[in-house]
Amino acid sequence: MTRKKKSELFLDDIGLRRALTRIAHEIIERNRGVENVALIGIITRGATLAKRLQLIIEELEGVKVEIGLMDINLYRDDATTRLDQPIIQKTDILFDVLDKNIVLVDDVLFTGRTIRAALDQLTDFGRPRSIQLAVLVDRGHRELPIRADYVGKNIPTNRTDRVSALLVEHDDEDGIRIERSSANSKQKTSQEENG
Amino acid sequence: MPLASRHLLGLEGVSQEDITDILDTAISMREILERPIKKVPSLRGVTVLNLFYEPSTRTRISFELAEKRLSADTINFSASTSSVKKGETLKDTVRNIEAMKMDMVVVRHKSAGAPYFLTQCLESNIINAGDGAHEHPTQALLDMFTMRQKYGKLAGLRVLLVGDIKHSRVARSNIWGLKAMGASVAVCGPSTLLPYEAERFGVDVYTKLDEALEGVDVVNILRIQLERQQSGMFPSQREYTNLFGLNHHRLKRLNDNFTIMHPGPMNRGVEITTDIADGPNSLILEQVTNGQAVRMAILYLLSGKKDSDKVEEVDA
Repeated sequence: MTRKKKSELFLDDIGLRRALTRIAHEIIERNRGVENVALIGIITRGATLAKRLQLIIEELEGVKVEIGLMDINLYRDDATTRLDQPIIQKTDILFDVLDKNIVLVDDVLFTGRTIRAALDQLTDFGRPRSIQLAVLVDRGHRELPIRADYVGKNIPTNRTDRVSALLVEHDDEDGIRIERSSANSKQKTSQEENG
Repeated sequence: MPLASRHLLGLEGVSQEDITDILDTAISMREILERPIKKVPSLRGVTVLNLFYEPSTRTRISFELAEKRLSADTINFSASTSSVKKGETLKDTVRNIEAMKMDMVVVRHKSAGAPYFLTQCLESNIINAGDGAHEHPTQALLDMFTMRQKYGKLAGLRVLLVGDIKHSRVARSNIWGLKAMGASVAVCGPSTLLPYEAERFGVDVYTKLDEALEGVDVVNILRIQLERQQSGMFPSQREYTNLFGLNHHRLKRLNDNFTIMHPGPMNRGVEITTDIADGPNSLILEQVTNGQAVRMAILYLLSGKKDSDKVEEVDA
């Protein structure tokens, strides 16, 4: 079977900006303001998205919400079976999470294992009042009972597709790119699978 | 980037990239030590043996804490209370212990090369915690981490090692590591305690401390083993202190933002005076804290590395 991939820009920079703005509005609405809200971004791209959300919320509400950055690699469930350990970046949560409404921010929600690791790590920092999840893309294929509270785009995908969130801080452009593997047209998409 | 080796036997021949990876990972590990819960689950299910054939306080406790903070299971072995007393060989001891399913072994031994020997008879990852007068890589890495923390980079830094260079594994590992990172290294001590042709290590060699201190950024003072006096390496403790002891009169020769380091245990009043050891430029206790972070980084980076390493695709 050939595994030729074709790349498609699913969302451009304007679309991405709109999606983030909507998520910011939803966070404010759900929490009735942002008084007790703090954002924690999962390194690398989740952290960048959290910084952007912080700016948008500041424009809307005039309040700079607290922000933390988290590297979840030490909490991965495959940490000791992986052969090569990734370099760990510094987790940076300078505020007390106790009784805060924490919004975890990540770029792509896929199996849910990253979020499971983040939830475990966050519990070791203290006991938040609540934890919510904001993602730019939900592409399905969950392996754990985890769902997002705020979703930028729901994208039906095949398991072997690659979905990348592009951010100018790390990439050449803003947007969402999908590489479809052409050999799997017979496979079910996540939408069908999740019914 | 994965490390080139699945063991840490020494810093001789270790690349700048690998050292940088270890030091960068240690920054993240250092942050864990500031958390309310100083423990992460990454080495859950990994069993580590601390095999200490020589006495040690700092290194053994530091390794054990590092292992526990990464959630590994640890077994401590000290030669003085074991079957070594009954004449069991190193090989038999470790093979018996490995039969109990060890994943990693941290070893300190009086013979140079003992950790290398273990790599030949065991499947586990081996970490050298000091072997004879050969190397003590984790000490050198934590020294370098501490220097980098203060100065931002190691390249161009001028580092002086003072004391018994000849018998010092700390000195050797520091020389290899610092030189790989682009620092300039000098050694100073009585000629009886300098290695034969010390220049071949690529370092500046001094026998007068005042000359050696000129324009130096970091002074790493090695412990003078007082038992060496009996073997005639130096005439008296007082003479050693007069010629090679660091005191405040000598500090003015150093660069402004200088640093004093010591791997411990200190002989206060012999190789270093108390006012300097506890002074504002001393990073001696910072070294101890950083030691844990550096050892966590090494344990983490080596864990799971097997002989037939193949890279698996990792999904997000």
